[in-house]
Amino acid sequence: MPVTLHPSVAVFRIAGLTKRYDMGEVVVYALRGIDLEVFEGEIVVLLGPSGSGKSTLLNIVGGLDTPTSGAVWYRDWELTRAGDSELTEYRRRHVGFVFQFYNLIPSLTARENVAIVTEIADAPMAAEDALELVGLKDRLDHFPSQLSGGQQQRVAIARAVAKRPAVLLCDEPTGALDSATGIVVLEALAKVNRELGTATIIITHNADIAAMADRVVLLSDGIIHEIRRNETKKAARDLHW
Amino acid sequence: MTALDKKLLRDLWDIRSQALAIALVIASGVATSVMSLTALDSLRVSRDTYYRENRFPDVFASLQRAPSSVARRLAEIPGVDHVEARVVSPAKIELSGYEEPIIAALVSVPVDRLPGVDRLFIRRGRPVDVGRLDQIVVSDAFAGIHGLSPGDRLGIIVNGRRRMLTISGVGASPEHIYQIAPGSVFPDFEAFAIVWMARETLAAALDLEGSFNDVALAVRPGASVAEILAQVDEILAPYGGLGAYDRGNQLSHRYLSEELRQLRQMATMFPAIFLAVATFLLNVVANRLVGTQKEQIAVLKAFGYSTGAIGWHYLKIVLAIAVLGILAGTALGAQLGKELGELYMRFYKLPYLVLVISGPMVLTAGGLSALAVALGTAMAVRRAALMAPAEAMRPEPPARYRTTVLERLGFGAWLSPASRMIARDLERRPAKTALSIVGVALAGGILMMGTIFDDSFAALVEIEFRLAQRDDIAVTFVEPRGIEVLSELRHLPGVLRVEPLRAVPVRLRAGHRSYRTQLEGVNPAAELRRLLDHRHRPLDPPATGVMLDDFLGGYLGVRPGDTITVEELTGRRRTRTVAVAALVRRYLGVGAYMEISALNRHLGEGIVFSGAALAVDAREKDAVYAALRSRPGVAGVVVRDAAVARVRETMGNNMIVFAIFASLFAATIAFGVVYNYARISLAERSRELASLRVLGFTRREISAILLGELGVVVLAAIPLALVIGRALCAVMMVGLQTDIVRIPVVVDRDSYAYATAIILASTALSALVARRRLHELDLIGVLKTRE
Ligand SMILES: Nc1ncnc2c1ncn2[C@@H]1O[C@H](COP(=O)(O)OP(=O)(O)O)[C@@H](O)[C@H]1O
Ligand SMILES: [Mg+2]
Repeated sequence: MPVTLHPSVAVFRIAGLTKRYDMGEVVVYALRGIDLEVFEGEIVVLLGPSGSGKSTLLNIVGGLDTPTSGAVWYRDWELTRAGDSELTEYRRRHVGFVFQFYNLIPSLTARENVAIVTEIADAPMAAEDALELVGLKDRLDHFPSQLSGGQQQRVAIARAVAKRPAVLLCDEPTGALDSATGIVVLEALAKVNRELGTATIIITHNADIAAMADRVVLLSDGIIHEIRRNETKKAARDLHW
Repeated sequence: MTALDKKLLRDLWDIRSQALAIALVIASGVATSVMSLTALDSLRVSRDTYYRENRFPDVFASLQRAPSSVARRLAEIPGVDHVEARVVSPAKIELSGYEEPIIAALVSVPVDRLPGVDRLFIRRGRPVDVGRLDQIVVSDAFAGIHGLSPGDRLGIIVNGRRRMLTISGVGASPEHIYQIAPGSVFPDFEAFAIVWMARETLAAALDLEGSFNDVALAVRPGASVAEILAQVDEILAPYGGLGAYDRGNQLSHRYLSEELRQLRQMATMFPAIFLAVATFLLNVVANRLVGTQKEQIAVLKAFGYSTGAIGWHYLKIVLAIAVLGILAGTALGAQLGKELGELYMRFYKLPYLVLVISGPMVLTAGGLSALAVALGTAMAVRRAALMAPAEAMRPEPPARYRTTVLERLGFGAWLSPASRMIARDLERRPAKTALSIVGVALAGGILMMGTIFDDSFAALVEIEFRLAQRDDIAVTFVEPRGIEVLSELRHLPGVLRVEPLRAVPVRLRAGHRSYRTQLEGVNPAAELRRLLDHRHRPLDPPATGVMLDDFLGGYLGVRPGDTITVEELTGRRRTRTVAVAALVRRYLGVGAYMEISALNRHLGEGIVFSGAALAVDAREKDAVYAALRSRPGVAGVVVRDAAVARVRETMGNNMIVFAIFASLFAATIAFGVVYNYARISLAERSRELASLRVLGFTRREISAILLGELGVVVLAAIPLALVIGRALCAVMMVGLQTDIVRIPVVVDRDSYAYATAIILASTALSALVARRRLHELDLIGVLKTRE
């Protein structure tokens, strides 16, 4: 399917985003004013040390969490003003998630784990095709407990992309994997981005992964320090750490 | 099938043993309910059909004697549809080869036409033929027990003369569904028969040609029964009328109605308790399921499943369990209900049982159970559905533990690390701990409801037959006799003591309530027939005033010091106001009592007695018995041992069946609760326990931690179970009170021990299962995933 990309069209606009946790005596600022745009078809890597607010940012952008202040627009829809059912609808139609710990449903096979998403999507690809995309055509009927960590993560990617989301949000997708396995997973993400044109945000604390991004956002202590554009991006298979 | 539905099936399969345990609990509740309601509906519909088809009368009256023309006057009362004037009489039956005395109630039937009310149901043979005045129809229970068939002959002694009559048929009548001899409380089909014979024959034997002494009326729909009763009384008064009464006071109808009321009580109380327990269990399981699936819920939400879809998914899991229980319970309940109905039929002589399994009733029982279950899990499902995805995905913060009260009090040094873990865990979640204790305790309490009947019946027999009625043999006379009869009896060889008895039928009134019963004389310083106070101590009768048993006192709404009207139904038939002197405790039957000479003065018929209670030398019992039987003036002889046996047998047939079901179900519940508790603890703590194993704890040590917690809960629950059980029994017995019997609440050590034993056995069994699972704990798997 031909994909027409408009690298100048913003998928997300984030303005003045803050998130505060009140924990009795102490107040923790996870985000202290984030401004950022994410464009169609690009790969953005969010880089920062543990605790710098990456997950918080991603969760808000994905409609899983709400900010303390600030706004997020998905295209021209302000999701920070949306209610629970609108957010559900938003996640169902537009967003794919990949988590560090895969979060597969243990009682469902690989194929069924993907199907659970395609069944509620508008124009999904077949679960089998999604799994083929991540190189798991021969593991369709395996349960999560019968798959290695990398395979489980690829099932999670297949599950996330099977509904052809506009954006793919990945929180430390390789965090629980060794480097060789991690690279296989990143290759899958890059392939999805290439073939489907899905805007992809990848969270990592691993600076080496940044090389595969179009842009790298450096986050620390809830603030963006720098946004760097990679003039040449590396193929995932050429990464190493 | 959608992927979510597959998840549902696999999740169900994962918790199958728990699901099964819960389904069993629900099934028990539904089965009890359907069983009782099926029996109830079947009996009620059978009775109503029988009443309708065989024309059960609406109004009844007995009298001394009246010419047939009076019956025509009765028929003219507005609203009366039909009048059947009859001749009735007590009689004795002689049966070759059977030594015990047999009492018969003789009832006349027209031979040339079908009676307008109270038609016989002929089971075998034929009704009495026209022109065959020596024929009789006998009641089927009596015929069955003695193996009598049409063509057999019986000797019947009526009015002092003996006649041989031929059985033409074996039958029943709607007036005698509950068949008891006058003055007895329980049916004795061997020694009591109803005999229908041609009106001419019976009238001739009683010198009542052209007259009647009993009448039954059918009333038109919509007519005022109360007005008809008053008019019947007025018309019959000059003829020695004993007071007309409606169905509500007709013995058989009243007893059967009471029994059906009891059944309804059972049908609501047991299922309610069972369902409460099931609801509680499901709540715990649903909560746990939600707890363990937090992350899955978050993922589903992250991918756009709505709150409603997730709620429905978890509700479906719960409903699947409920539906399984409901279906199994309904099937089992309908089967048991049919059997229970048949059992009741043997006691109450209904000629047939119309099996009624009412769809709406089953749907109601099922719907209520499903509703209870849905409510029970609503909180958990809501929690699941509303959980914010980001929050749900966050690892649970390490649970906050703190030192326990025990440790703060300085006992810490005595606790091993394992017991410290147990204590802290129990204390950290007091609500969960308390609920678990209550759940186990409820199960134990229900167990006791099943076992209490045994002890209580034993106590009842002990009180009624060792403390109150202590005579060996009681005789009743055909007619009241003068004082000389006492010395006559005392001179029978073997008779040690004689106490006179005096009883007259009366109607008691207080306010708008009235009750027909016997007013019985009580001897001062009685040894044989005594009244007991509330603490079962013998009570000397006060010189004046009437004493009522507390059931009757409650029914009439009177207390000592109040007055009631006593209306004599025989003799001089006066109505007087008498003070209630005391309430006495009785467990069998219902009665009013008066000091015997006061009673005789009250009746104004001189010093006469209607019977006597005898203490007899054990060796001479048979001889005394035979001597009494052969006397013409003796209407009935009751041997206490036989009476005791009959009480035991009757009770055995009735509530005990119910009790057996209840115990079985309760044992199921006890196991269900304890087993679920063990499984849930195991699931919640498997990660922690596996980590301990990785750190080098032995299987024994981690088993001790898990089972120790179970043990503490169970041990705390047992005393509570005994208290709850005692209370449930008391509530049940109040509900089961009737004119026939009130069961004292006596829980002795056996019941407590039994409940304790079943709880402990369930615990042991659950512990075994849990231990096996502990041994299979997946250590690597636990470490592979995140906390
Ligand atoms: N539920 C919470 N309550 C309190 N503080 C939180 C919560 N979630 C995250 N935080 C804090 O917010 C900060 C950012 O967290 P997070 O976004 O998870 O960081 P990252 O993903 O970059 O490691 C951290 O300091 C973390 O402790
Ligand atoms: Mg993070």
